[in-house]
Amino acid sequence: MEMVQLFITCMGENLLPDVLKKMVLLLERLGVRCELPEAQTCCGQPFYNSGFQAEGRQMALRWMKAFADTGGYIVAPSGSCVEFVKHRYPAMFPEGSAEQERAVRLAGRVLEFSQFLVNVLKVTDIGASFPHRVACHYPCHLTRGLGVRSEPLALLRAVRGLELIPFDESETCCGFGGIFSVVYPEVSKAMMETKVKNILASGAEAVVVSEPGCLVNIRGGLVKAHSRVRAMHLIEILAEGGST
Amino acid sequence: MTEKTARIDFRENSRNASPAVVAATQNSTRTALRKRAAVVAEFGEERWQELRKAGHEIRMHALTHLDRYLAMVEEKVTAAGGYVHWAKDAEEAREIVLGLATERSVRSIVKVKSMVSEEIDLNPALEARGIRAYETDLGEFIVQLAGQRPSHITSPALHMTKEEVAALFCEKLGIDACPIPEELTEHARLRLRPEFLNADMGISGGNFLIAETGTLLIVTNEGNGRLSTSLPPVHVAVVGIEKVIPDWESAAVLLKLLARSVSGSKITAYSTFITGVREGGPKEFHLVLLDNGRSRILADKVAREALLCIRCGACMNTCPVYNQVGGYAYGAVYQGPIGSMLTPLLLGTGLAGGLPFASTLCGACAELCPVMIPIPEILLHLRKRFVEGDTFESPSVPGILKAMAKLGRIVLGSPTLYHLGGRLGKIFQAPLRRGDWLPSLPPPLNRWTMARPFPAFQGGFRGWFKNRKAAVKQAEGKLHE
Repeated sequence: MEMVQLFITCMGENLLPDVLKKMVLLLERLGVRCELPEAQTCCGQPFYNSGFQAEGRQMALRWMKAFADTGGYIVAPSGSCVEFVKHRYPAMFPEGSAEQERAVRLAGRVLEFSQFLVNVLKVTDIGASFPHRVACHYPCHLTRGLGVRSEPLALLRAVRGLELIPFDESETCCGFGGIFSVVYPEVSKAMMETKVKNILASGAEAVVVSEPGCLVNIRGGLVKAHSRVRAMHLIEILAEGGST
Repeated sequence: MTEKTARIDFRENSRNASPAVVAATQNSTRTALRKRAAVVAEFGEERWQELRKAGHEIRMHALTHLDRYLAMVEEKVTAAGGYVHWAKDAEEAREIVLGLATERSVRSIVKVKSMVSEEIDLNPALEARGIRAYETDLGEFIVQLAGQRPSHITSPALHMTKEEVAALFCEKLGIDACPIPEELTEHARLRLRPEFLNADMGISGGNFLIAETGTLLIVTNEGNGRLSTSLPPVHVAVVGIEKVIPDWESAAVLLKLLARSVSGSKITAYSTFITGVREGGPKEFHLVLLDNGRSRILADKVAREALLCIRCGACMNTCPVYNQVGGYAYGAVYQGPIGSMLTPLLLGTGLAGGLPFASTLCGACAELCPVMIPIPEILLHLRKRFVEGDTFESPSVPGILKAMAKLGRIVLGSPTLYHLGGRLGKIFQAPLRRGDWLPSLPPPLNRWTMARPFPAFQGGFRGWFKNRKAAVKQAEGKLHE
């Protein structure tokens, strides 16, 4: 039986616990045993990417300690946090140091949810059903950072009744950008509104946004626009109509 | 000469961005990107990626051996009858050009589009000495006529519509101009023709300097570059030292990358190669090699790759931030992602430290960059410089932000405080909560809620998970009994 360590991310834990619960239920249904390293908090990305690299490194050390003595893959519902651990951790510590060695080992274990399903479990059809027109937003760090494009699509295509519809600028940033959203709120707002406008123009009933930060941003934007279009994490779609 | 020393306030500038400028910018960049995508697709994705790699290696090699190639340029240009001048900063470069002009009693100059000329503020310096400088690139001509600055490095007037240009021509040229691009171009051509013939000097920048023969390479689409560098008796080229490339083969690779990335064409209309003084051309050729902070950037192992830039503008065209604010918000000569790197590198993060933060780190720019500059990487490097300082600069981040980061690190770095924070969040949000959302939050968090509500703190996952584990264990236990 496959075992995974849940990397729940600070945003997921505090703002999107339902996504996390559904992730656990889906994984268990696929015969995966889930473990939750208790000491995890934040991976350090918000600090590091804001220029506070020393704080970012301290958070990274903490995170590594929480996961180092565990086994199996480390799976998160976020491409951004995964990319940070995978690409940034190994570059954060001096070449040849024990910390770097640890970072490289952990980098080899960490996967985004759709990567784990499609590439490790080799599953694309998990019996979900969602008979709606669905647009797919491509989060920047998941798509360009981790290079994950085909995995979410393969999973979506296998969902019963789901009609995948294209929308304009689906690979353009939604304006979240972590600290960017509060440093330059007006620009972030304009980018988010452009994203929402494109989603609404597509005629979709739901939009897939598989990244906590972008999900909170786009979902909030849709609410503000009084739209009935639902912004959903891929996990939420896969949990629809299944046996959980 | 007054240098611009005011701190660049990107937020304030972006608030003041004119909606008309933004709309025209989006229109133009969309067209440019579409054309670019078409020629790259025709070229073949795989071949294109190989070409980018080759371009990156050529530029890296040239930068790594800059001393050798610059010496080669000086030797070859001199041997070909030209003069080479070295300028350590903008002021020196201006003095060299002004000196050359006044010695020759120059009264009128025709100029080829050049970003370095903008960087050193050449036009105001010339005007101050009573020398008239005419921009001859159509976009630059428009911008100069309007008394503005370029808002994009390859399409200086992309923020203006043809209607605005027609109105400008009517007003400034006293003619009856229709908003038809071909007619507007004809008006500009008629206006400029006598200036080409009257000019005492032509000034250009340079796209590349080919070291093996000392050849200056200028690419233009309008033929104005060729006229400006051949009709007047003196040609002065002001070129950044990083523009050197080893040989003609390198030029072939880079021209392919440049033309496709700028305008989606396979080749620019005019590629002008100038080696010193040639028969039938200007009697004098002067090459001003400008440092202006470049050698300092070169010493920076991470940021030096910003010097690979071949000024194609693709990063700006694709940047979602640039497309929402237009070029003027960057408050400097170079805008968009390349500007967010070059401006703080040239002026320091004390003045331009806000620019590396004017990015969501979405990576769209790095994906298109023809010479593979790791733009988000360099932006992170400059954010760190602003916050923590490094061997090049001391930090400029406000103390309050530093304190907030320290506090954040302490809270997020301790499971006890982290969980306490989550619980307190749930308590304090109660009066602000409307269903699943917090529609407005007090400052500074209103910076988020001014755009969209914040989701209510929920939590509870760990407890749920623990209970579930316990239940599963219990069920398993019963099964084994």
